[in-house]
Amino acid sequence: MAKAGFTVPILAAVVLTAWWGTERITRTVYDPTRIHVTYWEKWTGFEFQGIEAVVNDFNKSQNRIHVDLLSISDVGNKTLLAVSGGVPPDVAGLWGPNVAQYADDAAIQPLEGYCNEFGVKASDYIPVYWDICNYNGHVYALPSTPASTALYYNRDLFQKAGLDPNKPPETLEELVAMGDRITKRRSDGRLDVAGFLPAEPGWWNWAWGCVFGGRLWDGKGKITANEPENVLGFQWVQDFAKRYGPEDVQVFQSGFGNYASPENAFLTSKVAMELHGVYMNYNIKMYRPGLNWAAAPFPYPKSRPDMKGWAIADEDVLVIPRGAKHPKEAFEFIRYVQSQKAMEKLCLLHRKNSPLSHISDDFWRRHEHPYIRLFDQLARSSKVILSPKMGIWPEYSEELNNAFEEIMLMRKTPQQALDYVTTRMQPKLDQYLERLRRRGEVK
Amino acid sequence: MKERRKGKIAGLLFACPWFVGLSLFMAYPVCASVYLSFCEYSVLKPPMWVGTENYRDLFHDELFWTTIKNTGLYAIVALPFGVLLGIFLAMMLNSKVRGLAFYRTIFFLPSLLPQVSLAVLWLWVFNGDDGVLNEFLRMLHITAPNWLSDPAWSKPALVLLSLWGVGNAVVIYLAGLQDVPVQLLEAAELDGASAWAKTRHVTLPMLSPVILFNVIMGIIGTLQVFTVPYIMFPGGSPARSTYFYTMYLFDNAFRYNKMGYAAAMGWIMFLAILVLTLFALKVSERHVYYGGEAK
Repeated sequence: MAKAGFTVPILAAVVLTAWWGTERITRTVYDPTRIHVTYWEKWTGFEFQGIEAVVNDFNKSQNRIHVDLLSISDVGNKTLLAVSGGVPPDVAGLWGPNVAQYADDAAIQPLEGYCNEFGVKASDYIPVYWDICNYNGHVYALPSTPASTALYYNRDLFQKAGLDPNKPPETLEELVAMGDRITKRRSDGRLDVAGFLPAEPGWWNWAWGCVFGGRLWDGKGKITANEPENVLGFQWVQDFAKRYGPEDVQVFQSGFGNYASPENAFLTSKVAMELHGVYMNYNIKMYRPGLNWAAAPFPYPKSRPDMKGWAIADEDVLVIPRGAKHPKEAFEFIRYVQSQKAMEKLCLLHRKNSPLSHISDDFWRRHEHPYIRLFDQLARSSKVILSPKMGIWPEYSEELNNAFEEIMLMRKTPQQALDYVTTRMQPKLDQYLERLRRRGEVK
Repeated sequence: MKERRKGKIAGLLFACPWFVGLSLFMAYPVCASVYLSFCEYSVLKPPMWVGTENYRDLFHDELFWTTIKNTGLYAIVALPFGVLLGIFLAMMLNSKVRGLAFYRTIFFLPSLLPQVSLAVLWLWVFNGDDGVLNEFLRMLHITAPNWLSDPAWSKPALVLLSLWGVGNAVVIYLAGLQDVPVQLLEAAELDGASAWAKTRHVTLPMLSPVILFNVIMGIIGTLQVFTVPYIMFPGGSPARSTYFYTMYLFDNAFRYNKMGYAAAMGWIMFLAILVLTLFALKVSERHVYYGGEAK
């Protein structure tokens, strides 16, 4: 009894001290004279630090608004749940392809009113990056940092294969031929080095048909996954499975490490050519600084010379969720991020290109990516590819990923796989649009 | 009679915290999900009544049937394997050998590992190129399968992995084994029963309630398999061979914002588990012994 009488107060004291201590450490200084704007951002690591630097600049630049920045994992879902619970943040940092789905679900607010009031206009941006923010005639988001893609290639592997490292492939046919020369197998027949693998890094499996001029839907209500250009694209993809052997490819790929790790297939010289975003340079510098590499526009199909200079564009966006307590102040912060000074600082810290149409000389000078002008130029190309703006895109892209896997495993022909996607997704799109109509949200 | 009533009251009192928790925190969402399963609902807009459309769509949804097939196959193989291995290990650990406490700890330890760590760890064990398991198989000159990216081997890999957590069941079996009356075993021994006969006619019947409990928990666990395949096989890869029911339910709810559809899936799963559990109870009626007497 005496023991218990002694233990309980001690335990209580420990708990209280821990509570008091953690409160002291984690409590933010709350300035009651300012309006507090909460900002949820998906990034951690160096990207978060970049955003934090811009937020700090904004907080110092005036004395009316204070942005409280918080790094949130799975920010999309948490924002949705917070909106439905009536306690959303004032600003959320989402992904570009989220815009259509979130707009259809009325989870984010149209911003064109604020854009007019604060003088934000389309001509401030590279067209594709402004386009990502627009849906159904409304501006639902503004860019934070963008990206575009190009061919990264390993110059040493080119040299070893007797290829000129200053002459990257121009067409997909050249890419295949050069890839064949680079590809090597071990004594037991397993792949050792691959020239190119369409499944690496595997983030844009849906896009290969678009490279051949295909569309994934007609923009209104028809799924066009199985149109001939898309089939051609997937055929090109499947040829790699045939060339290397589907099982060999699977075994080879299972040995690759994560994208942001020293075991990345490009960094370990296991794959000589890859489609990657502007941000890849950071990983190279971080994990394999000695890698002898270069970047070039990604090759185009010989049959489609009009696709020369194509790239995939994407961007992180800032949105104001429905029910935000301080939408105007939130927009003032977003507007600040759109200023050339803040945006260039953010893009430099994120190691990406800028979404703005005008770029300062200082940005070019200070950017650490040796090919940054190439990525900027590709983003401005008229052949830039975007993921379709449709509310059911998460499900549709999942279907396309599955079709991609089926053809890489040689379980289906490209035509069969894409026919299946079309047959499966068309009723889903019909139902989706019908339900929006029943709610009176589309005509 | 009085004793029985007292026992019932005690039982209800023990179950009370659970009842209170359920009615406070779960009753509303559970009831609401019945209604929502008949609605189009994205969480963000008010639910819109669509009648039985979600259920009808599900029955025409090929992927729904694929996930049922995947889950069923996994459960049919993983469950008996888990039960048999669990009983086998428990019997081994019930024998009188030196260092028993050490062995018991060793077999229980893996089940303490969090599911996420487990998935990440086994990704490397199963790695087709230079994973530990395949390196070992190659040493034995056995053709090493591509566990993670061959649709034929992905489910067996998960079944193998599920055995990693068998320690929990082993502890329960072990407790059951220690309850087997020694006098019965001694009587059987005096009658000249062999080791197998003792196991078959004394140990297993006495252990049967524990086996039934583990089978029912196994049915629930295997049908709801989620965390490990969700991490190891994104999107149910390769070619949806590991796309399980709960993964499709999760995707519908939290990726596609189709909460109504997901709620319908949830209720179908609940009914399936209920039916299977009742079936297991019915089938086992004649084979399960409580306190040495047939029920």
